[in-house]
Amino acid sequence: MDISKKIVDDLVANDVSFITTVPCKQLAGVIEEVEARPEIFHIPSNKEDEGMGLCAGAFMGGKRPAIIMQNTAIGVTINTLATLTQYYRMPLPMLISYRGELREPVACQVEMAVHTKALLNQLNIPTYHFHKESDVDELDAILKYTFMCNKPVAILTDASFWGGYGDQ
Amino acid sequence: MIRSEILREIAPILRDQLVVCNIGLPSQELHMIDDQPSNFYMLGTMGLSSSIGLGLALSQPKTVISIDGDGSVLTNLGTLPTIANNVADNYILLIIDNGSYGSTGDQPTYAGKKTKLEAVATACGCENVVTCQDVDTGRVLQAAIDSKQMTVIVSKCDSGNIKLPVITMDPVVIRDRFMNAVAS
Repeated sequence: MDISKKIVDDLVANDVSFITTVPCKQLAGVIEEVEARPEIFHIPSNKEDEGMGLCAGAFMGGKRPAIIMQNTAIGVTINTLATLTQYYRMPLPMLISYRGELREPVACQVEMAVHTKALLNQLNIPTYHFHKESDVDELDAILKYTFMCNKPVAILTDASFWGGYGDQ
Repeated sequence: MIRSEILREIAPILRDQLVVCNIGLPSQELHMIDDQPSNFYMLGTMGLSSSIGLGLALSQPKTVISIDGDGSVLTNLGTLPTIANNVADNYILLIIDNGSYGSTGDQPTYAGKKTKLEAVATACGCENVVTCQDVDTGRVLQAAIDSKQMTVIVSKCDSGNIKLPVITMDPVVIRDRFMNAVAS
């Protein structure tokens, strides 16, 4: 199964048509797939809070948005999540590469990994953790849930889910 | 002129457009001068007025004006390359540049010193960047709307604030009536 294709198929099937991305090595395949789809307007952003602003505007313009980013971005976007996305009650699926988990080669990534779930929990953000490839089967339901309840929702995807980083 | 005087002067132009207004005093002033369902007031999240406006402009056909300040643009400077590289001809970024952080007590910004936001916007690739004086803002804004080309306006004005109440409207109400205005 091509996971990146399956993920973007689910996004398109749920009418997500405005996606902003800040790159991560793990997410390169998904971002490439997003860029390739004519149904999706892909707008790279320079920082994740800027991206969430773009998504808020797109939602108010009638589009279903999503953001693709690293978990380090949780540290950058707490104010935006609380005072924009949550305060105005807007939906936002956040597809997040969960760096710093098992098979991680870069020690510094662990420093934000240990805070990631605690921060999301503190923000009362519904959080799903994709660890095995089959976990992706829930994505369709998670997207429907996000646009049903008008909340930001986090989907953490770790290295095991993506099949590791190759030879270390 | 100070920012509230500019807003008072351009209110008749803004009334017919979708407006995303910056956090703090700018939103409070616009709300007091001419509250409209087509105004999206930011109650938090400094710096994102330009981003919200761009996302909105890219997602529907009506003209969108983001009212921003020099301090707020400086806090989200990454917005200018994103604007430049994703042209929406129904989008106008109006930067009211008074060289200070008005809502927090008029501390000077770097835009009031050596940094020229119009030069930054141009260097980022924005194609229609217009610098004007406060008194010319209405004329320049109307010309930008009529041009149907994405425009960044930097309006130079004096620093200074008026006393006025905070916005107590619920954010979901602001958002809901704004979305109805967008869709109407």
